[in-house]
Amino acid sequence: MIWVNVIIQGILVGGFYALFACGLSLMFGVLKVINLAHGDMAVVAAYVAVLLSPHLHIAMLWSFLVVVPIFGLLGYVLQRTLIQRSIDRDPFTTLLVTFGLSVVIENLLLELYTANGRTVDIGSIIAQSWHPGSIVYISYVSLVVLAIAVLVLAILQLFLSKSRTGRLIRAVADDREAAQLSGANYKHIFGIAAAIAFATVALAGIAYGMMTQFAPTSGGVNLLFAFEAVVIGGIGSLWGTLVGGIALGVAQQFGAHLNPQYQVLAGNLLFLAVLAVRPQGLFGKKTALA
Amino acid sequence: MGEHILQVRDLTVHHGQLCAIDNVSFELNRGEVLTMIGANGAGKSTLLRTIAGLHHPSSGEIVFEDVDVTRWQPHKRVSKGISLVPEGRRLFSSMTLEENLMVAAGQSRSLPFTVERVYELFDWMPSRRKQRVWQLSGGEQQAVAIGRALVANPKVLLLDELSLGLAPIIVERIYALVPEIVSQGVSILIVEQDVAQGVMVADRVHCLLEGRTSLTGTPADLTSEQIDQAYFGADMAKGSLSAEASE
Amino acid sequence: MSKSTAPRTESLSNVSIRRSTHSPIFTVIGSLIIVVLLSVAPWIAPAQVASTLMNFFILVIMATMWNLLAGYAGMVSIGQQAFVGLGAYATLYFALKGVNPFVTIPLAALATAVIAVPVTFLLFRLRGGYFAIATWVVADTAMLIIGTIAVLGGGTGRLMPGLENLSPSQTAHYSYLATWIVALIVVIGTYLLLRSRLGLVLASIRDNEVAARSAGANVRSARRTVYIIAAAGCGAAGAVLAISQPFIQPTNEFSMQWAAEMLFVSMIGGLGTIEGPIIGSIIFFILQQSLQQQGVWYLIIFGVFAVAVALWQPKGLWGAFRSRFRSELLPVGHWVRTERLQTKTPEPLE
Ligand SMILES: Nc1ncnc2c1ncn2[C@@H]1O[C@H](COP(=O)(O)OP(=O)(O)OP(=O)(O)O)[C@@H](O)[C@H]1O
Ligand SMILES: [Mg+2]
Repeated sequence: MIWVNVIIQGILVGGFYALFACGLSLMFGVLKVINLAHGDMAVVAAYVAVLLSPHLHIAMLWSFLVVVPIFGLLGYVLQRTLIQRSIDRDPFTTLLVTFGLSVVIENLLLELYTANGRTVDIGSIIAQSWHPGSIVYISYVSLVVLAIAVLVLAILQLFLSKSRTGRLIRAVADDREAAQLSGANYKHIFGIAAAIAFATVALAGIAYGMMTQFAPTSGGVNLLFAFEAVVIGGIGSLWGTLVGGIALGVAQQFGAHLNPQYQVLAGNLLFLAVLAVRPQGLFGKKTALA
Repeated sequence: MGEHILQVRDLTVHHGQLCAIDNVSFELNRGEVLTMIGANGAGKSTLLRTIAGLHHPSSGEIVFEDVDVTRWQPHKRVSKGISLVPEGRRLFSSMTLEENLMVAAGQSRSLPFTVERVYELFDWMPSRRKQRVWQLSGGEQQAVAIGRALVANPKVLLLDELSLGLAPIIVERIYALVPEIVSQGVSILIVEQDVAQGVMVADRVHCLLEGRTSLTGTPADLTSEQIDQAYFGADMAKGSLSAEASE
Repeated sequence: MSKSTAPRTESLSNVSIRRSTHSPIFTVIGSLIIVVLLSVAPWIAPAQVASTLMNFFILVIMATMWNLLAGYAGMVSIGQQAFVGLGAYATLYFALKGVNPFVTIPLAALATAVIAVPVTFLLFRLRGGYFAIATWVVADTAMLIIGTIAVLGGGTGRLMPGLENLSPSQTAHYSYLATWIVALIVVIGTYLLLRSRLGLVLASIRDNEVAARSAGANVRSARRTVYIIAAAGCGAAGAVLAISQPFIQPTNEFSMQWAAEMLFVSMIGGLGTIEGPIIGSIIFFILQQSLQQQGVWYLIIFGVFAVAVALWQPKGLWGAFRSRFRSELLPVGHWVRTERLQTKTPEPLE
């Protein structure tokens, strides 16, 4: 029964990792670059949610309705300006620039809001859980976050495969030049991909703030987990990311069960093992491999 | 509007330090088929890609319908009416045949080339439209690439080495479409290494040698020796492809 | 355009590789004076200055190594703190075994180099951004593993043994000298390395990886060598760090801050030059010292500065200075020259 609980908790947190990671995965697929400030965007979103809600006189629970669109817009603007500029130089510069942004954002948050943890307050529901077995507790919040993650992935999948814009995004990801020759303004498409990435990671950040405390440095850790989920699942596969997130979550819960110190370590070791044995991941293509 | 739909003036293009196109000028008349021939590395693809906006010229101008488009982005040129079928087809490999066409399809249904119209042109396509493009043969892929360029409804169609890697019979079949396309009011600029094929469909021929114009004329005016010389350069012309060039 | 300016017929005979050789006499004398001054600094300058200089040297070591990785071999790592931490802990480990802490410095460098070998086999399966984040996973993993080892102080840390019988001023002087010597070895070693055959291979990879590959350069093994050397250098930095700040703690030694500092310093100073990281480090320390009272603002300002430099002055301050004045204090460049150049580059669209 203990193991059932470990697996269930792993699945719950895995959904969150996938939600966090899908933007990263999308941006890499389309732009071929990694935004190292991805995790920090989630944290900023959580701060914005916490700080903005009182001013808007809305419950923090609903803050995502405001914050997510703002971040979509922010993603588009940041992409069309700073990130595009660095991509125009080379992928190398993009890494340096986004890493620089990440450090700046993290330290700015530390300076402005201290290292104290905060939460997105959603009232008493946070403590409630479903109790189907003797020692199995399923927190409602985690369950909702998992459902949101699956929903977001499904919508994203549908959008990419069925809509005209989604088709253009895939075209640019496949062959940027050929997409241009088919009339696609690839910079605009990049902007849309970044908008989606920022919107989803903002959602993930707010969800994180609901589930647990967040602090300025939470972004880095979560980027690490998101990245591990992507690689374990296979680079370039949305549903693979979900499976990767769940595998990572289960590994972490398993480690934590042995010794709380081993939680993150177990996840890292699973990641390194996948890299050693099956570098393309569970569902991946070999595109990101050297 | 002038009789030239496309004018290229004193165009020079570099790849880094290498001068791939050196001061080339020519024009394409409305409703005309112009064939560019030249050996490997002569700069033909570079020329077409520059016209399509994928390379930036170091100097010179590209004028389309009396508008200077030299500094335009590729997608703007596509919507204005310049489409390139790139060398090596460059289909979207993760997509189906139909999706490949739909990426480029314009919103309007009244223009001559719609996805349906392309399906009429290539009657084998409808039954295979749900297939991934990598499952298609080389000739079929080339047809999809042409279809993809057509659904953008170009006024000028740039074709880069359609014959690449295809059997002669397939090449012939593909080139048989040229008059049909021209009849819809499209002007065509062809780049071809298969000299015979290229010259056969051409109204005019333009020969490139090491980035520079070495010969221009109508197929009727040019002898195969002239073409050989322009193709290989003066020293190498002897005993070359004259049989092929004379069709 | 005349016929001769078109290098289409360019053959290999027109390409020559030259190594810059000039070494201006003033630079040599100036460098000697600086070296002598820095060697006696703890005896002639206040303790505060010496300790700041020591931190400066540590940063120079790390930045030089990061620059070797990224600037010369094209690998962006955000996980070099793995080797800083491992170097520090190797020192602690050997010191616990009774080895004199100062003697452990080369041992620590060697140990980190050995650890880096299997790491490359994992990391080199990824590239670009994925490589970068994977280096961070490695650093995180190393920190977590060290944190579980009780003898090494676990997560809470422990004091470096073996320094008790030295007086505080002796400790300060010796650790200053050790740091200074390591910095000298790292900078001069990097300089020599880049003038060696490996330097030539790296230059050819940087200019054109495909061409380098087809010309027979073993790109992967060159990169691997560089990665291992950079690990050893960071390990040595970690070792001197452990001696100069002898309370060893995983979160300190494996801090992401190291990665941020080495990266910013190299970017600002100029990637792909020996002088760049040194100049970047100087700027960093001036900024840090003058903004000492303002918490982490120095890092924020420095980060913004680094991003701006990466976007608008990608060669860094030294690179910009050099291309304006064509000077090089430490000439390592291999220049691939093509005769009859066509140097006109096209302007970007719009
Ligand atoms: N992207 C590029 N970067 C650098 N050099 C290039 C690039 N594209 C082409 N070149 C060089 O420019 C010259 C002209 O190439 P181009 O592809 O235009 O020739 P081509 O006439 O199309 O040849 P082919 O018949 O083989 O297709 C060649 O020397 C080629 O090596
Ligand atoms: Mg070509």
